[in-house]
Amino acid sequence: MRHDFLDRYSRIDSPIHRLPAALKMGLALGAIFIIVLPPITALYPFLFTAVVLLGAIALSRIPLSFMVRRILIFEPFIVAVAVLALLQPGGFLKFSTIVVKSTLSLVTIIVLSNTTPFTELLGVFRRLHTPPVFLTMMALMYRYVFVLVDEMQRMKRARLSRTFKNKKENARSWRSLSMMIGQLFLRSTERAERIFAAMSARGWKS
Amino acid sequence: MHIPDGFLDTKTIVATSLFSLIGIGRALKVLKTQMSPRKVPLMGLAAAFIFVAQMINFPVIAGTSGHLLGAVLVAVLLGPSEGILVMSVVLIVQCFLFADGGVLALGANIFNMGIIAPVAGYSLYRLISGWIKADYGKYAAVAFAAWTSTVLASVCCVGELAWSGTARWSIGFPAMTGIHMLIGIGEALITTFVLASIYKARPDLRPFKDMSGDKREARPLTGVLIYGSLMLLGLVLFVLPFASRWPDGLEKVAATLGFDTKALARPMVPSPIPEYRVPGIGSLPLATALAGVIGAILIFVVSLVLAKILFRKSRDEPSRRKWTPGQSPEPRPPSKDHFS
Repeated sequence: MRHDFLDRYSRIDSPIHRLPAALKMGLALGAIFIIVLPPITALYPFLFTAVVLLGAIALSRIPLSFMVRRILIFEPFIVAVAVLALLQPGGFLKFSTIVVKSTLSLVTIIVLSNTTPFTELLGVFRRLHTPPVFLTMMALMYRYVFVLVDEMQRMKRARLSRTFKNKKENARSWRSLSMMIGQLFLRSTERAERIFAAMSARGWKS
Repeated sequence: MHIPDGFLDTKTIVATSLFSLIGIGRALKVLKTQMSPRKVPLMGLAAAFIFVAQMINFPVIAGTSGHLLGAVLVAVLLGPSEGILVMSVVLIVQCFLFADGGVLALGANIFNMGIIAPVAGYSLYRLISGWIKADYGKYAAVAFAAWTSTVLASVCCVGELAWSGTARWSIGFPAMTGIHMLIGIGEALITTFVLASIYKARPDLRPFKDMSGDKREARPLTGVLIYGSLMLLGLVLFVLPFASRWPDGLEKVAATLGFDTKALARPMVPSPIPEYRVPGIGSLPLATALAGVIGAILIFVVSLVLAKILFRKSRDEPSRRKWTPGQSPEPRPPSKDHFS
């Protein structure tokens, strides 16, 4: 099964993909600083970063439909919280800047995570002296998120094939959902045991 | 509850990042002195597990849905410092991989969901389960802690938004906290049931930390002190300034005396809803706070009663596994002490 929903296009080839990860990371962070920090009325930073981002998207061969879909996942939340800003003096201006700022930052990170494999980002984190425990956890998390999603879907399928579908939300369905999550945790711990054994066998030290 | 970039101003970004760094640094130090290396893969997998568990949505009300936070779950399963690290890793990866939550807002998100939620939840859980010694007490404690952690994280989130001048406290607080008081019920149900099912399947894992009276699991007080004071500092900074003038007394006086302080800052584009004309808006936060207190008491009582009904029998559950002919005596290998 394919579970590349997180960073689907991070391993395709394009001029942007070939740039060193540290450079892309630095540029993305710089872009976010430029977007987030200027005051509300500044227009040029936003225009500038928007043009650069559009150029990067065009060069990186990430399909626009994917970009739009990914943005639409988070845009409702941005707008929902920004509506809170609408209800105060100067609200509309604030609302629109927040939406613009958040959307631009969102696009920046989507471009970064879809042009750079996560392992390369981890390499950048390592060079920034992130504590090794943290790095190991992040690497393991990235490695096994997809495995666990698979596991979860297998359990869901098994459950659906063995039981009637419960239309009504009641205590029983809360409970069976929780049992599934609990089972997923147990399988994760058992997997962690095996991983620890395998890592120790290969000479790993924390 | 993941704050995107653009919602926080510089002072909030700096303050929350500093708090998060201190909290994570403390957690790393605690683990360095007390942790066996076999816990590192376990925490990595726990982070992946929390990520997956957070993708499962449950309905809240009127078409909206919430998802699990998992902070109390992981703090009770692995311990508070481990909870901080696991939640932080989850938030960092979500930020950089999934663009869920902003990069500069990462400090705030880690503070709300990675420090406040597990630490407050875990302390409440320890407090209540130490207080009610009966077996159902720990389930009630977990349920109440899960609910409170969600609500508390959302209160901090609103406080940070208000401190940044993004959202008005008088509107943001009722809206955000109101929703999360409902989401918290789902969080409480799922967290409790998940722990119950883990306990039932593998009592040897001792999923409830500090329930066995094991001295090895007792943490030194300094860690608790630092987390606690971080939490308090955050609450004082983000919540208290707004909470202390809940009835908006000063502004009301100013308005009635005729010098509308906000008039100078009146924008070019008028806001669609002029705030002072909305009736009863000043009392809304107070009502929400009251509802929160009443809700907390209610949730506590309900979780006690429900836990007493639902988990009455579970005390004998582990010891009931006796050997009977035709059944393997031990379905799984005996306790290997996975969690210490």
